[in-house]
Amino acid sequence: MEIKVYIRSTANISPQKTFGESQSPDVAVEYRGNRLTCIEPDYSKLFDPKLIRRMSRIIKMGAAAATTCLQKAGVAMPDAIITGTAYGCLEDTSIFLTRMIENKEEMLTPTAFIQSTHNTVGAQIALILKCHHYNNTFVHRGFSFESALLDAMMLLNENHYTNVLAGAVDEITDNSHAILTRFGLYKQKPVSNFNLVQSNSKGTMAGEGAAFFALTNQPAADNDAQLNAMTTFYKLKDINETGKNIISFLKDQSIDINTIDLIITGRNGDKKGDEIYNHIAHAVFNNHQSIDYKYLCGEYPTSTAFALWLAAGIVKDRAIPAWVGKNSKNRSSIKRVLIYNHYQNIHHSLFLVSAC
Amino acid sequence: MSASVLIAGIGVISAIGNNIAESLDALESGRAGMGDMHWLDSFHHGKLPVAEVNLNNKQLSGLSGLPPTISRTALLSMIAAKEALADASIENFHQLRTGFISANTVGGMDKTENFFKFFLSDHGKGRLRDIIHHECGSASELVAGQLGIRNYISTISTACSSSANAIFFAARLIKHNLLDVVIAGGTDALTKFTLNGFNTLMILDQEYCKPFDENRKGLNLGEGAGYVVLVSERVLSSLKKNPYCSLSGYYNANDAYHQTASSPAGTGSLMAMKGALKQSGLSPADISYINLHGTGTQNNDISEGTAIKELFNPSYPKMSSTKSFTGHTLGASGGIEAVFSVLAIRHGIIYPNLRLTTPMKELPFVPETKFLKNEKVIHVLSNSFGFGGNCSSLIFSKL
Repeated sequence: MEIKVYIRSTANISPQKTFGESQSPDVAVEYRGNRLTCIEPDYSKLFDPKLIRRMSRIIKMGAAAATTCLQKAGVAMPDAIITGTAYGCLEDTSIFLTRMIENKEEMLTPTAFIQSTHNTVGAQIALILKCHHYNNTFVHRGFSFESALLDAMMLLNENHYTNVLAGAVDEITDNSHAILTRFGLYKQKPVSNFNLVQSNSKGTMAGEGAAFFALTNQPAADNDAQLNAMTTFYKLKDINETGKNIISFLKDQSIDINTIDLIITGRNGDKKGDEIYNHIAHAVFNNHQSIDYKYLCGEYPTSTAFALWLAAGIVKDRAIPAWVGKNSKNRSSIKRVLIYNHYQNIHHSLFLVSAC
Repeated sequence: MSASVLIAGIGVISAIGNNIAESLDALESGRAGMGDMHWLDSFHHGKLPVAEVNLNNKQLSGLSGLPPTISRTALLSMIAAKEALADASIENFHQLRTGFISANTVGGMDKTENFFKFFLSDHGKGRLRDIIHHECGSASELVAGQLGIRNYISTISTACSSSANAIFFAARLIKHNLLDVVIAGGTDALTKFTLNGFNTLMILDQEYCKPFDENRKGLNLGEGAGYVVLVSERVLSSLKKNPYCSLSGYYNANDAYHQTASSPAGTGSLMAMKGALKQSGLSPADISYINLHGTGTQNNDISEGTAIKELFNPSYPKMSSTKSFTGHTLGASGGIEAVFSVLAIRHGIIYPNLRLTTPMKELPFVPETKFLKNEKVIHVLSNSFGFGGNCSSLIFSKL
């Protein structure tokens, strides 16, 4: 794509103190067990109390992140709203399903059903803004956010689109956590998220989040970052294919691998899954500085939205903030960041982000 | 960006037929697909008519090549997508950059419902194989795997406009030269979850639905899948036959009025239709046929009708709601209706809007009630409007 895409602003509700006055918290929050839960803001500062009462948790998180992101960007009305969510509105889905089964399909009320629809978050953002423009929702597992972002990048390369709001939302509920635990996704013995990557055992910690990005094709001194490129690859044949794909991605962008200042990887503490990151650290990168992000937000299919938020903040300040990546030595002069993540070795994605 | 996107193949399954030939026959003979529930095991059996695909999961498994234990949503998807790809008969398919963009609204909910019965009493219970494909994206990956598509797979869920948006997104992937061939559309199986959900909204007709009738009482839920194969102009030489038509226009707008209801003026619908016309470079007078969203609810039909009046007054193209045949297939409807739109162009036919006896008082036009042959069908507008105010219009044009 020929037209450059910039991240004008971001907003992120996550299990860390990432939302509010200061975008960068002083310290990381520690969790023990196998689940990281979003730290939600005081919504009364953002929305009418009547509206808050009607909205479910995921809708509140999504709408708060979206509207705050637009405010920071100084964009009153985006030309498009694009959402990625792998699981959709799980809480309302679970409520309606439970009542339907318990009441044997009788005496049901519509609220939970209405709000269970996968595009509810995107639709609520449009309703709040009275935004009649393009509105789409992608629900493709570990590619949900990547699909939303690709759609946004294409729009910004088409006529008539200047400001696009794109983001991702996913929530954990008690039921979804119980089910995914049975699939063996999470650590059986409680760990601290601070030691997640070193845990050297099977499974990870569950996470969730709502992050939105105001994207634009207009260069400006106060844009946070440039999103140079993003790509996905699906079900790779073997571990070597990952390395080859990373190299060809950088080649397509005419980027010398040595000009990358920082790699952000999706290590989640699952011994087997993390082997891929260990492999590429040697096979592709040579002494590149690298940090992880899932010990901060947990594992979930749209976690790359957290990683992109982190990368945008880093290149904006040209520095790795003190609260992340304790072992990083060269914290300053970070101008180009590559994010590599895989979700269950099925969905792989790469993002290249640069300082403006 | 590449100039135009062509439709090279089509595939469909719904209550009126398991393939293109059967569907065409039902459309011509006016045979609707509604009836009593056969496969769905619901409290509303005998009270609410539905439009079920006429095969059980074992039979669908036989046709699709997927195991009978997986979600009906994936089984239906596989059958229609396979038909579409075979129909396109692209010689060097596996050398091209291929994609599968599908849509659905509740993923593997038909199986999740079963899982949840056991899970609710004890979180250790319920068979995991019944919930493993719950996510919307899972059905798409099962089908893409069978079709040998690996370059790009995605899934869209914007309620009842889902598969129109999938076709629209697929066309843009081709225009941006990211892919050469994309199979796009959508699928949805009937589930108790959606049946009860729509029932709580009190928009289900206890009789067969009557879209655009003054005395319409709601919609009938249906199920099925519909896909089109979109190709770039560069792929034309690899086709063994001529493409059906082009996708000349598409637009999505948001009504931004209410989570489930459409605005009285049909603001979103009007913007979607206008946007699609503008993109295709056509004027309202160029449209030969509108495949209406036409669900049969009070709210949709007056809202859509008002928008059509605003845009087309005083001369109206022929129009009809094929949901009077298939029921409302939700995430599949945009795909199924895209297939019907393509067939209207190919065969020069207009479908009847069944059971329309009393035209709506507020509207100065009446949808077509008879099957018409030998019509000059050049440009077809297909409307799909969903919850969350999501309004999409597609325009298919004769080459």
